[in-house]
Amino acid sequence: MNGLKVIETQDLTKVYGEEVAVDRLNININEGEVFGFLGPNGAGKTTTLLMLLGLSEPTSGKARVCGFDPTREPLQVKRLVGYLPENVGFYDDMNAVQNLLYISRLNGIPDDLAGIKIKELLKVVDLEVDPRKKVGEYSRGMRQRLGIAEVLIKDPQVVFLDEPTLGLDPDGSLQMLDLIRSLSQDKKITVFFSSHLLDQVQKISHRVGIMIKGQMVAVGRIEDLAKEKFGVGQEKYTLEEVYMKYFKEGLL
Amino acid sequence: MKGITTICRKELADHFSSTRFILLFYLILMVSLVTAFIVGSGLRDELKDVAKPTFVFLMLFTSPGKLFSLIQFIAIFGPLLGIVLGFDAVNRERSARTLSKLVSQPIYRDSVINGKFLAGLITISIMLVSIVLIISGLGLLLIGVVPGPEEISRLFIYLVISIFYIAFWLGISILFSVGFRSVATSALAAIACWIFFSFFVAMGASVMADAISPVDQARASLNPELLIKHEQTRKIISLVSPMTLYSEATTIILDPLRKTTQSILLMGPMERLSISRFQSPLPLSESVYIVFPHLISLMAITLVCFATSYTVFMRQEVRST
Ligand SMILES: Nc1ncnc2c1ncn2[C@@H]1O[C@H](COP(=O)(O)OP(=O)(O)OP(=O)(O)O)[C@@H](O)[C@H]1O
Ligand SMILES: [Mg+2]
Repeated sequence: MNGLKVIETQDLTKVYGEEVAVDRLNININEGEVFGFLGPNGAGKTTTLLMLLGLSEPTSGKARVCGFDPTREPLQVKRLVGYLPENVGFYDDMNAVQNLLYISRLNGIPDDLAGIKIKELLKVVDLEVDPRKKVGEYSRGMRQRLGIAEVLIKDPQVVFLDEPTLGLDPDGSLQMLDLIRSLSQDKKITVFFSSHLLDQVQKISHRVGIMIKGQMVAVGRIEDLAKEKFGVGQEKYTLEEVYMKYFKEGLL
Repeated sequence: MKGITTICRKELADHFSSTRFILLFYLILMVSLVTAFIVGSGLRDELKDVAKPTFVFLMLFTSPGKLFSLIQFIAIFGPLLGIVLGFDAVNRERSARTLSKLVSQPIYRDSVINGKFLAGLITISIMLVSIVLIISGLGLLLIGVVPGPEEISRLFIYLVISIFYIAFWLGISILFSVGFRSVATSALAAIACWIFFSFFVAMGASVMADAISPVDQARASLNPELLIKHEQTRKIISLVSPMTLYSEATTIILDPLRKTTQSILLMGPMERLSISRFQSPLPLSESVYIVFPHLISLMAITLVCFATSYTVFMRQEVRST
């Protein structure tokens, strides 16, 4: 972590009709950091990710991703950011390689280079592919792995993962967590991910942010948040306990 | 630009391998062949002992077979082709949740719509050109007349107008696929539009003409201007329908003996032959001059459809739920 800010927001706000989905969000995320984004259903996590990608226009406020404004320079941002949507979808009548090839073409990667990359990536995400098998016949976990491969094929600097371990078996989750950790450690990729599985978040995040009803109620290292809530010397509290404390206060 | 070509290539591959497209293609091809065969052999028999009239080759397209002429067939069923190619263009990706992934790649968002429209346009063109070529080949064999340069030019213009006509339906169906989340709804909406414009406008036009400039029998015989006015009103109203625009334009292009944009009358070859003995055909330049407004209107409504889907799509939330 050399202190370079990869993601910065200033009072980023999104209003849907009457409802404030994201309320004056201010966060800074450093290069190579793994940032866990927590919050109950409907807190505004997905909305935040969409705004940072330039897929949804903020009602007010500013954001910068890798130095670019996602609203005005969406292409530059999308070139550097890989995004795994929640419940990622695929072209079900094509096989894994064809799906990956389409994404790599959209990223302007020449086909011969893409062929090599696809082989590598399928190994990285541990997905064995039978070329006759269409993605429509894949299991939930296989789809999730393929989704990660699609995110990585463009050699991103930042990845946004919306609930990446959703629907994975325990072994699959562990592999996914290892993969996320290695992205940050070996490739200096910044990982910004949302999840409801707090023990997993605790294992791999450098810092976490807790969002409740559109407001970021806490940001920081888990030890620091525990200190803040339970007092000095109470760093042993797990993320789950810290989260529940914030959650109950947030509802008041 | 890269985005458009990539998306267009994928969509083309999808179209040409999709069952519904192949079914429709063979259906249209079969009906065209059968009609061309009936018309062609009819022409051959009737023209056996007379000197070949000018533009006999074009009669292959304009003479009625069992039920309809080839150009009427394309006028009525061509829209289905456009609809099949576009009705689920965007909402299928939305419900398969591939849309949010697609637009998070480094391509302009409009490339998605442009690529899909372009792929549809290319498919339509390939299909129409091959059908016209096949029919011409069959005609060549049956009547044994080689088309002259003017006939070829006219066929070419006919192709251009037809492509625009079907592209209009492609535009409409893509618009519905952007506007409606459900694939079934957009398909139904497109088909409803097709039925409305193809069948109801023609009926509605005479009803409305009755209302706007009524003709009662007693006065009409005294005042023929009333009748003319009624007919004009009916024509103007029926021009709302792209099918009327298209049928009129193509009839004028393919039938040089016709000098006004009156609605299609079915004439047998002998009747036409006798007409052609007394009339000189309209030169190509004048035919083009007459259909020019039709062509512009067709292009304009296609563009309106396309531009609407474009703006709606650009403003839409991509969120999959
Ligand atoms: N298109 C929309 N129109 C209106 N309101 C919306 C729209 N999309 C989201 N919202 C609202 O914005 C709020 C935040 O939603 P968001 O999807 O960001 O939550 P989330 O934190 O990702 O939840 P989850 O954990 O369930 O994925 C919700 O209250 C939702 O109802
Ligand atoms: Mg979400």
